[in-house]
Amino acid sequence: MIILFFLSSGLFLGWSLGANDAANIFGTAVGTRMIRFKTAAIVASIFVILGAVIQGAGANETLGSLGSVSTLAAAFTVALAAALTVYWMTRMSLPVSTSQAIVGAIIGWNLYTNNSTDLSTLSKIVTTWISGPILGGLFAIPLYMLVRYLSKKTKTHVLFLDAYTKYGLLLVGAFGAYSLGANNIANVMGVFTSSVNLPAIDLGFAIFSGTQQLFLIGGVAIAVGIITYSKHVMQTVGNTLMPLTPEAAFVVVLSQSLVLFVFSSQGLSDALVSLGLPAIPLVPVSSSQVVIGAIIGIGIYKGGKQIKFKILGSISLGWIATPLAAGIIAFFMLFFVNNVFQQDVGGDRQLTQISQVLRSDSTSNINDEFADEINPDTASKNTLDAFKNHDNELPAFADNTNIHIYYLIGMSILLLVAAVLIYWMQKNKKQNLLEKASHNAKEESHKLKLERLEKSLEDKRHLQEDLGKELKFRQGEMVTMAMSIIRKNEFINELKEEVIKIKSQVKEHETRLGLNRLSLMITRDLSIDHDREKFQMNINAQHSNFLHKLTESFPTMTDNEKRLASMLRLNLSSKEIASILNISPKSVEMNRYRLRKKLKVDPKVNLSDFIREF
Amino acid sequence: MSLLYKNVKQLVFDIDIFIDTVEQGVLVFKEGVTNYLKDERASFADKIIQISKLESSADKLQRKIDDLFYRHSILPQNASDIESMLDKIDEIIDICKDNLYQFDDELPFVPKELRNDFIRLVDISVESALNVFPAARAFFREPLKVKEMLAKVYFYEKEADKISRNIKRRLFHDMKDLQLSQKMHLRYFALHIETVSDKAERLADTLSILALKMSL
Repeated sequence: MIILFFLSSGLFLGWSLGANDAANIFGTAVGTRMIRFKTAAIVASIFVILGAVIQGAGANETLGSLGSVSTLAAAFTVALAAALTVYWMTRMSLPVSTSQAIVGAIIGWNLYTNNSTDLSTLSKIVTTWISGPILGGLFAIPLYMLVRYLSKKTKTHVLFLDAYTKYGLLLVGAFGAYSLGANNIANVMGVFTSSVNLPAIDLGFAIFSGTQQLFLIGGVAIAVGIITYSKHVMQTVGNTLMPLTPEAAFVVVLSQSLVLFVFSSQGLSDALVSLGLPAIPLVPVSSSQVVIGAIIGIGIYKGGKQIKFKILGSISLGWIATPLAAGIIAFFMLFFVNNVFQQDVGGDRQLTQISQVLRSDSTSNINDEFADEINPDTASKNTLDAFKNHDNELPAFADNTNIHIYYLIGMSILLLVAAVLIYWMQKNKKQNLLEKASHNAKEESHKLKLERLEKSLEDKRHLQEDLGKELKFRQGEMVTMAMSIIRKNEFINELKEEVIKIKSQVKEHETRLGLNRLSLMITRDLSIDHDREKFQMNINAQHSNFLHKLTESFPTMTDNEKRLASMLRLNLSSKEIASILNISPKSVEMNRYRLRKKLKVDPKVNLSDFIREF
Repeated sequence: MSLLYKNVKQLVFDIDIFIDTVEQGVLVFKEGVTNYLKDERASFADKIIQISKLESSADKLQRKIDDLFYRHSILPQNASDIESMLDKIDEIIDICKDNLYQFDDELPFVPKELRNDFIRLVDISVESALNVFPAARAFFREPLKVKEMLAKVYFYEKEADKISRNIKRRLFHDMKDLQLSQKMHLRYFALHIETVSDKAERLADTLSILALKMSL
């Protein structure tokens, strides 16, 4: 039971890892509705546990060589310090990684317990943090190129491609969850492996070691984090970094899984060594930072326009700020656990306690010896020797006190630096938020403006359409009117010819006079045609712009020429114009010829076409 | 997951059948107009029934496709675009059916001199639509090839415009014996037939934008 209590900080760390990092694996797939959350959560939970149990040992060894936290209380404190750092920095929306927090906390433990930090291991870990995102990008570019090439080359139906992408996302998600479990379980349970020794269980076909049992518990904690809280993270931050297409998401998750797998696979490392190549450092890396590296890789392949390089700055800041904060928190918490709760935290601190016990014993001896001095009966030469011995021990005690003071001063300086750093980050964050808010406001106003413009454009388009329809209708009306005039005039001309014919056959004077009058009336009606006048007025009104433009361009044009131009614009033939104007078609042809000359129209160009396009 | 594959397979099949149905509808429209112009009334009546059935089955298929897309969350990011494209394909068979019914309802008088022009207009307009369907099919498999496949659609659409204009010019310039009402009536029928190629052109525009979007 007490072990479970001490494991609780690690389990909390596991829970937060599951809640946050599952979004790196299934965030886009769930966010774009390619995969249901339920399916994603089940697959991720199963594979994260499998990865932790089967392949979690490699990265754990590296963390162990950085600092083997030897007591349960210290392991609890270190994991709690890392968990609090992750929780606190996440709350403040600062870039944070569990891997970096746990490394910082272990270094904090090393400092507190006077354990030396293996600098070669530390440099190996830090190099991996940097190379992780770079490797993510390097994996992503050729993978993305390959996926694009295959999708183009195989001529797969878009809908089948979508189905294959869904299967692919689920498969790489499973692989990603396995790699996450394998690589990151050391962050969650690594610090407990030296202090918790569970008995191995013989399963018949394999031995289930104590470390594996611990990793199973940690894996379950990660799975609980995935099931209980990752949906929220997937929906809120899943696509914040950059909206990804399912195809790109597939590549990003695969790249991340490969990087995590590479940094946790003992087999792969051994294979490289057997080939004479250097071994792969098995180190827990931040899955979020590898994802960012992969996305930037794709961005570079696409031309690099969409990349937000500010993110790179925030990653670098995370490399420094997270371990620093976790180290300081771990140091102070260990101090409390050690001195207030009187728990053994391992390393030199255990010795210090013993020396303190010794010191209190020796001080009581001194008192006794002073008492002896007061009592002359018990004074002896040995007493003087004892004093000399104690004089030799006191400088050592003073040295320890000095170390304490140096530690406190050092830690205070670090705390101050961390506080300044955090204040600066907070300020930056606020500024960023303000900038973001102002950017959003600008974008919103721009969007509104655009919408308004689009609406007014749409209105104008409708208006133009209506006007176009109206114009078409009017033109149709004009043509109808012209046709009716033509028909009427044709009929009247026929009537006139008929009257003249009858008149030539009739000899009676009275009748001839009557027919003459009739002929005259018809001629008058033809010359003073009200319909024609109305038609002319309509043409003038409708083509006012055209006539105005024509007058401006050719000021010498007569009214008759303008009238002819208007009729040609209506697409009327010479014969029809002749009928409307009550002149002969020959005269119309002549007028057309004159008009052509005046308008300086190329002989190859049709006059009607020229006027219509004018 | 195997259910997803089954649904996708069904959807691909339905989309193919849908495009085939619309393509058949366009061919029936062409035959129907030719039958009308050649005064083959029995065949024309048969075409009316055929196009009506094809249009109704295209509508049913479209509804089924919509349902499959949304119910099984297939291609969630592009589903609405694809549906709007399918909607434009459906508009082609809709307009073909409407036009054929207009011939049946209004019985326009087409003078002999203009019959060949009308037959040519319907041929070219339908050709424009027939060339857009392979592009619509290619969109699902080779989006990058769509653009080059659409060149013919734009060409035939312009040709249909020219023929239609020519018919109108001939109607109002040369056909003295026709009444104005008859001229106007025929003018609208030239416009109706031309609309098929206009719809094909709109679909072509949508396809080229969608293809570009998919290839990004």
